[in-house]
Amino acid sequence: MTTAIEVNCATGEVVERPLTPEELAQREADAAAFAAQKHEEEVAAAEAAAAKAALLAKLGITEDEAKLLLA
Amino acid sequence: MANTFIKIASVAVGAGGAATMVFSSIPATYTDLVVKVSARSTSSSGDCQIVLNGSGGTAYSGKLLYGDGAGALSASNSGVAQMSWGAGAINRSTTTSSTFCNTDVYIPNYTSSNFKSVSTDSVEENNATQAYSQLAGSLWANSAAITSITLSPSGGGNFVQYSTATLYGIKNS
Repeated sequence: MTTAIEVNCATGEVVERPLTPEELAQREADAAAFAAQKHEEEVAAAEAAAAKAALLAKLGITEDEAKLLLA
Repeated sequence: MANTFIKIASVAVGAGGAATMVFSSIPATYTDLVVKVSARSTSSSGDCQIVLNGSGGTAYSGKLLYGDGAGALSASNSGVAQMSWGAGAINRSTTTSSTFCNTDVYIPNYTSSNFKSVSTDSVEENNATQAYSQLAGSLWANSAAITSITLSPSGGGNFVQYSTATLYGIKNS
């Protein structure tokens, strides 16, 4: 069961309860948003790596040689 | 500072784990709030997010600066339904077993009618090259006083046993 642990700060009462339908919907939306954002980051990282490799190939130097130029 | 730093409530996760930790009915008698989190997730990815007053929608935005053990990186978002990095990094299932993150969340002027800003300072524990350290600033574009704080792992997992969160009130007088 997917549960929430909730403490009422006014009374100090702690309750472990199932997530409400609204909380479950939010959890699913959050997980979907997280997955989408992660996918975007992976695509951006792959594109950046490909562009970097293409530039190094065009210049005819290795990544370590490029670092030496910038040091 | 000591006599203005007052513990309001604490949550500890039991053997069954939990999807969220919630502080509800937060009294409006303080100036600022602090949440200290020590947590671990069953998910292999993700951070620890915050939702305020149970309100999703599109009113949250944030900026994140982080190190992953190899380099310095950043990220940002806006118009989202949660503070994605509001409670910082969380130890993932892939990190060294029985280790937990350490996170400080600061929420100033939580009862004001202005939008609410949140700052977060967090580190993940991991006996490996990859271990995250994060600084984040987040905004909830809502003028309501904060009365509840919900913490949850953003990767869809649950908090594991012994994860804890403690809420403190800060008074300016």
